[in-house]
Amino acid sequence: MENGVGAPGRAKIGVRHLRTDKWWISPLISVVVLLSFIAYSTWRAFENDFYYVDHLVSPFYSPCLATSCPPEAAILGTPFGDWWTLSPALLILVFPLGFRLTCYYYRKTYYRAFWMSPSACAVAEPHKKYTGETRQPLLLQNSHRYFFFAGLIFNIILTYDAIIAFKNPAGEWGHMSVGTLVLLANAIFLWMYSLSCHSCRHAVGGRLKHFSAHPFRYKMWTFVSTLNPHHPKFAWVSLIGVALCDLYVRSVATGQITNFYIF
Amino acid sequence: MGYLASMRIWRGNSADGQLEEHKVEVGDGEVVLDVIHRLQATQTPDLAVRWNCKAGKCGSCSVEINGKPRLMCMTRMNTFAEDETVTVTPLRAFPVIKDLVTDVSFNYQKAREIPAFKGPENLKPGEYRMAQVDVQRSQEFRKCIECFLCQDTCHVIRDHEENKPQFAGPRFFIRIAELDMHPLDQLNRTKAAQEEHGLGMCNITKCCTDVCPEHIKITDNAIIPMKERVVDKKYDPLVWLGNTISRRKSD
Repeated sequence: MENGVGAPGRAKIGVRHLRTDKWWISPLISVVVLLSFIAYSTWRAFENDFYYVDHLVSPFYSPCLATSCPPEAAILGTPFGDWWTLSPALLILVFPLGFRLTCYYYRKTYYRAFWMSPSACAVAEPHKKYTGETRQPLLLQNSHRYFFFAGLIFNIILTYDAIIAFKNPAGEWGHMSVGTLVLLANAIFLWMYSLSCHSCRHAVGGRLKHFSAHPFRYKMWTFVSTLNPHHPKFAWVSLIGVALCDLYVRSVATGQITNFYIF
Repeated sequence: MGYLASMRIWRGNSADGQLEEHKVEVGDGEVVLDVIHRLQATQTPDLAVRWNCKAGKCGSCSVEINGKPRLMCMTRMNTFAEDETVTVTPLRAFPVIKDLVTDVSFNYQKAREIPAFKGPENLKPGEYRMAQVDVQRSQEFRKCIECFLCQDTCHVIRDHEENKPQFAGPRFFIRIAELDMHPLDQLNRTKAAQEEHGLGMCNITKCCTDVCPEHIKITDNAIIPMKERVVDKKYDPLVWLGNTISRRKSD
């Protein structure tokens, strides 16, 4: 340990850290939840089935763009034609994946939990060298704002899906099922996650020096700034929410549960 | 007096040192600095410790308590169990001088590397007029007491001594942000933040925010907004295009 906390001139203590609290719990939970999500979403993306039933579309498959999609789920048509024979989820998941992968909050989480850089504050990291986000591929983190805007389009589509879920199986409007509430909650969580995003905060007004010259943008910046401290919360809720939403649609589609209609 | 606390204090200098155990009396409502002073008064008169205001405003008594960077004067003893050993060491990111006192001159060097506020040429000091709404955003950063706990906990320099020349650290990123967000400052702080002060090395793991005794949202309100401004200037092709064809209004 001749670098870092063991560098010449620093207090010779001889251990990586002296923390006595359970600092490893938070990164451990992050690893478990993120790996579980990755495993579940990968399996579902490749399953290529049970993603549409009675006007309920799984968020993993929306918008459904392949020819194999049920017509009711293909709200934007099937621009990819017949040649695409794999799961339609694979056509779109790069956008929400990229949004979360480049998210400032998730970066903190996975740098800590997976890369141990550092695992926790004042716990020495195991790496001999560190260059941060100054080289490829980590320079790609700077594309976050583009994924944010792509994410907004997805939010609009998933909100449309939630509205469509106010139809009953016969296609009549004015009905609401548990599935409607599930899709609605999913859309709300995703909107909260997107609107509390740091890039969103910058885009609406954060880049300005003179708020007084841009009163409307200042108001928008102030609104996003009130959501921004809750971004980590929305990140987890929307991540788990989207998986549970998909699970619900799959469970209804496979007949494991019945989608109960409230009215 | 309340109880007898087990304290483990690092004693030594830049050549060598060790943790020494002491039993020290603790009274109601006392903070770690009180206990260190009692230790100094009763058992170890040559214990070196830096302190000043004892009110969390001077930033002098920064140490690591049970491995966490903290101010001794703001850490109450009743946050520890009575049978718990409390370990106090000097800051581990900086060279030690003696016992709990470290040489934090790295930070003064970094402070000198950041150009001071530069107002418009056509205005003299005293003629500056700004709307409150324009300056209040950066006023949060003026709360900094320069305790350097954020610098100490930042793994970029704490775990990599070789990064010190090219990395200013979170305390100075809030200084740069404060100036960059100032409505009258004329210098291009964004470019310098990335290319001279190492903003790109920060991987936003937020330890600086976690340890700040003034609760400044260093990462969310200074570092990330500065990173976004760097993206504007350096990495975003659409912003570049907008600026090039003059379709993007200035700030």
